[in-house]
Amino acid sequence: MHEFAICQDLLSQVSRIADERGATRVDRIVAIIGPLSGIEIPLLERAFSVARCGTVAADAVLEAEPCDILVHCRQCAATSGATAGNLTCRQCGDWRVDLKQGDEMLLRTVELSGITGTEAANGSEHV
Amino acid sequence: MCETCGCTITPGNRHLVAATGALHRSSDGKASVEVLTGLLHENDHQAIHNREHFRRHDMLVINLMSSPGSGKTSLLEATIRAIGHKIRIGVIEGDLETENDAERIRAQGVPAVQITTGSACHLDAHMVHDALHKMDLDALDILFIENVGNLVCPASFDLGHHANIVLLSVTEGDDKPAKYPVMFRAADLVLLAKSDLLDVLDDFKPDAAENHVRSLGNGATVLPVSARHAETLQPWLHWLESTLTAMRAGDKLMPRMQAQNEDQ
Repeated sequence: MHEFAICQDLLSQVSRIADERGATRVDRIVAIIGPLSGIEIPLLERAFSVARCGTVAADAVLEAEPCDILVHCRQCAATSGATAGNLTCRQCGDWRVDLKQGDEMLLRTVELSGITGTEAANGSEHV
Repeated sequence: MCETCGCTITPGNRHLVAATGALHRSSDGKASVEVLTGLLHENDHQAIHNREHFRRHDMLVINLMSSPGSGKTSLLEATIRAIGHKIRIGVIEGDLETENDAERIRAQGVPAVQITTGSACHLDAHMVHDALHKMDLDALDILFIENVGNLVCPASFDLGHHANIVLLSVTEGDDKPAKYPVMFRAADLVLLAKSDLLDVLDDFKPDAAENHVRSLGNGATVLPVSARHAETLQPWLHWLESTLTAMRAGDKLMPRMQAQNEDQ
């Protein structure tokens, strides 16, 4: 249910990026969504189709890429896959693990178009 | 989490974002920008700002989360009755509608600001920031943020607080942590509320609830509490007072979720 709020936050960030680079359109947005992020990808995509209206990303496509869960065991040092409901080490069964991957909700790429002026050539900084 | 941009890139997940490579540009007015920030960048930025407010006022801030009806407000009332004479407490209440909970807190003689979210299922850092400006922060030692009753959405929003406390009432079932892993993974302390009912409920096993929390890789302390029986609150009150003391002695307190992202 909070996917719409996440889209609004995402879109204000995307709008700022487009604005800074003088772009008039956003064509594509790529996000990485882990199973432990609390975000359901189909709900995010549906929320995005509504939230984008009236923004610079009104015609943008949102691509949400899932990723797997990986945990690193503090006891046996193994790295293993896990599920959202059971994050224990698959090697030794211990619960003392560190999550290496799986709770991501990252904005990876924004593809812009309609850029005018010289600013377009300098759009590579890490935001 | 990165303090400057709020991003959640860690050595563990960096390869996920490296795949697309660097920025691509063309002469037709198009550009592909590699961003690498959290989707909730705006919220996280505000949360950092809130945390700075709290640091400046040397106050401990607790985000209290649970399903609706598990006893968050009752626990706060009992906590204020027990230690309100020596620790200055304030409360931000989050609900979809009504001032009811804030009025209950004010009746205990402490300041409370009610946030009514309308239809929003969680509090975010901006809403909390607005509420902060309606309170005298210099007059507080501990601020409780009672989040909207919901075991899903509130877990995703950093408010700038120091610790997440998740209530699980014993009427809800001891497998709640397995059903709502995102929330219970975020808990820095789990309170088994309405513990006086354990005598009449034979299907809730505190050990089983704790094991479910451990299965999420979470070593958080699990304490039974009953707002109706002041003597059961002692371990909880001790946790609260020692956490406040540790923070004021210079411990850099953060919710385990945010601390984990910073460490990696």
